[in-house]
Amino acid sequence: MTAVETHPHDVLVVGAGGAGLRAAIEAAAAGASVGLVCKSLLGKAHTVMAEGGIAAALAHVAGDDKWQVHFRDTLVGGKLLNDPRMAEIHAKEAPDRVRELERWGAVFDRTRDGRILQRPFGGHTHPRLAHVGDRTGLEMIRTLQDRAVTAGVTVHMECTITRLLTDAGRVIGAFGYWRADGRPVVFPAASVVLATGGIGRAYEITSNSWEYSGDGHALAYMAGAELIDMEFVQFHPTGMVWPPGVRGLLVTEAVRGEGGILRNSQGERFMWKYLPEDRRAEYAETDEEADRWVEALTEGRQTDARRPPELSTRDNVARAIYTEVREGRGTRHGGVFLDISYLPAARVRQKLPSMYEQFRELADVDITQTPMEVGPTMHYMMGGVRVDAETCATTTPGLFAAGEVAGGMHGANRLGGNSLSDLLVFGQRAGAAAAAAADVRPPGRDVPQAQVGQATAELEEPFDVASVEDPNRIHEELKATMQALVGIFRTAADLDAALSRIEELRVRSRNARAEGPRSFNAGWDLVFELRNMLLVSEAIARAALARTESRGAHSRLDHPTAEGIWEGRRTVVSPAGPTMRIETTPVAPLPDELQALVAQG
Amino acid sequence: MEETLLWVFRGSDRDSGRYFEYRVPVEEGMVVLDALHWIQANVAADLAVRWNCKAAKCGSCSAEVNGRPSLLCKTRLSDFPAGEAITIEPMRTFPLVRDLVTDVSWNYRVNARIAPFSPPAEAPEEAWRWQQEDIERVQEFRRCIECFLCQDVCHVLRNHETEHEFAGPRYLVRVAALEMHPMDQGDRLAYLRTDAGAGYCNITKCCTEVCPEHIKITDNAIIPLKERVADRYYDPLQVAWRKLRRRPDAGQAPPPTGQRE
Repeated sequence: MTAVETHPHDVLVVGAGGAGLRAAIEAAAAGASVGLVCKSLLGKAHTVMAEGGIAAALAHVAGDDKWQVHFRDTLVGGKLLNDPRMAEIHAKEAPDRVRELERWGAVFDRTRDGRILQRPFGGHTHPRLAHVGDRTGLEMIRTLQDRAVTAGVTVHMECTITRLLTDAGRVIGAFGYWRADGRPVVFPAASVVLATGGIGRAYEITSNSWEYSGDGHALAYMAGAELIDMEFVQFHPTGMVWPPGVRGLLVTEAVRGEGGILRNSQGERFMWKYLPEDRRAEYAETDEEADRWVEALTEGRQTDARRPPELSTRDNVARAIYTEVREGRGTRHGGVFLDISYLPAARVRQKLPSMYEQFRELADVDITQTPMEVGPTMHYMMGGVRVDAETCATTTPGLFAAGEVAGGMHGANRLGGNSLSDLLVFGQRAGAAAAAAADVRPPGRDVPQAQVGQATAELEEPFDVASVEDPNRIHEELKATMQALVGIFRTAADLDAALSRIEELRVRSRNARAEGPRSFNAGWDLVFELRNMLLVSEAIARAALARTESRGAHSRLDHPTAEGIWEGRRTVVSPAGPTMRIETTPVAPLPDELQALVAQG
Repeated sequence: MEETLLWVFRGSDRDSGRYFEYRVPVEEGMVVLDALHWIQANVAADLAVRWNCKAAKCGSCSAEVNGRPSLLCKTRLSDFPAGEAITIEPMRTFPLVRDLVTDVSWNYRVNARIAPFSPPAEAPEEAWRWQQEDIERVQEFRRCIECFLCQDVCHVLRNHETEHEFAGPRYLVRVAALEMHPMDQGDRLAYLRTDAGAGYCNITKCCTEVCPEHIKITDNAIIPLKERVADRYYDPLQVAWRKLRRRPDAGQAPPPTGQRE
């Protein structure tokens, strides 16, 4: 075998969104040699699409905000299934991570007294999201990208990782191929940090980009790591529903944060009907009170009015919209109306510039004049690789995970704005821990030739004459299956059907075919992404089948209420030979002082 | 079903590559990228095209549609006359990799040479308070999604009119964002005059026209930067003042030959 191109690093980070970049910066600052691998060009990762803001209790707008309130909101939103230590670390460290971004050159919108402005979002007690109009993700990724380049991180762009390399159960590097020409490449590393994002591409209607094929979840699982909370898939309440080509494209929650009102085709402000009784007191009583809240927000002053019902948590708003449409009160294109046009046009354009452009350019709708049509879209994976709260270490030695690919922080439902802060807080921790681990145990010099040989052979299989299945058809069938059978509402019968369908598709995918040159060959890329999507889809369906209750983003029509036996219990998926093992594990107990905080809510 | 005709450049060499004809069924509101995805899923799975967000937020899917540098994800099929073929080609300024994908790595190398954001090491918390109107210009520049369409359309880069280095509109915008940041203390004027070749821009504003983020690249970024360079290096009062003050870069000030303004 000819020698495969090799790039050794102390720390290899897979994925160059917010978490990957932040991890790389931290590891480099600790003195490690850092490689950063990404499937796309640098700066194009999915973080760039994040719109609304970064949640952090800076208390610039609401003076009485503090980490304890953020922590409590996060646990209430996550239905108390969050890893409490992760939620605590997140709430405590997010403000420093935001201020640090500003010191690195990010230019956030300002309060009247010149500080970082914060906007309200669903499930957050106070206005808490540091933002730049509705393009916060772009600001964040560009700031981190420039910082990483300055810090001396080596960036390997347009490279797909297909296997982690292991030695006696420890991860010792990664194998992949250059997308520009298909050549294999090996990255030996003392520590590998996964920061690969989510799995939106397994669904028909999603706000996620093509990169979101569950790569990190699958790579970790194949290397022996445990996955946790996999049944919890977030459907964002508001995606575009028309025209067909943009179906699923995100309509930021900032529209509701700025005062957007949801109505059905009969003109009814339906969210009043769907507020959960136990949180009812947090929301306005009447249209008039909600109006006063929006007025105060627009004028930048504090108010005693409570927030509008549209700012309920995402799981709840998504179910409400889905139900309105299913019961015949939807719009012509199968959505509901989201209206911000009653605010002055100049304010809408200032606070939501990219939404204004997006609707004008792609749907011929002027959102300052007419309502948008919106419906739920698969948006975020709460579940992920099980990690240690302090270090982001997975259950497999040498392997770390941060950001969306990691599980635990968000429990059964993520609050808007908690994702960008999650990327920063745990990206930083993962980078530090990965560098520290590399310090103790430097990268080995030997590349495991047998594994590399096998991984190289895998790259060639799709071009083999025996490969006859069109990966695009398999992908279409997988998306249809997940959309119809593992969506917002689930039943045991549907989930069983989904699992047998996924198994059939897996068998077919072993013969998936590719044709043409290796260079930027989307069909060939899809073969490896399909393997990952099928694996992660099975994990989602199995965990969803196991959880015989409804909680947070997981709604079972055959078990419509939360059940006592599932309270504080989380599902764990792990490899057991060729099959997937499902177990449950208790949520770590809350220390007394944190217990008191949650009880106050 | 209604169909549209696309002529798509394919190949990995500009000379031997050719235009493939595809008939694509049209849905309402469809963009060029949707049509290319249909081709990938049904006719040519190996068609090479970059894309990510499909929402004009990431700047990956840059190409030339009927000769105009465009984002494929926001160019609607209905913007073209019915019945006429639409031609899709890779960006011309950058080396071709395959089909619609070009090698844009040069841009990243230029970027790496720009002095990074440099705030004072010790500044009181109060210094980090700015009014919204004071940062709006910087925020305009930071809207850039790095699609490189401005680099593609810029005739200095496109026609390689110069042997000298020219950073191109994207990186003049980046320098402007840094120079106008309220806390930045870096000095990039020497870089602008020499390595970045700010003088080579002769203000045809093609970059502004193609910018999908509507950044006023020429008026708001490049012209003010050129003025700053001119003030320092070509204003006799400034030169005299600098000699008196013995600014560190005063010695490098002889006007370069070959300035084209």
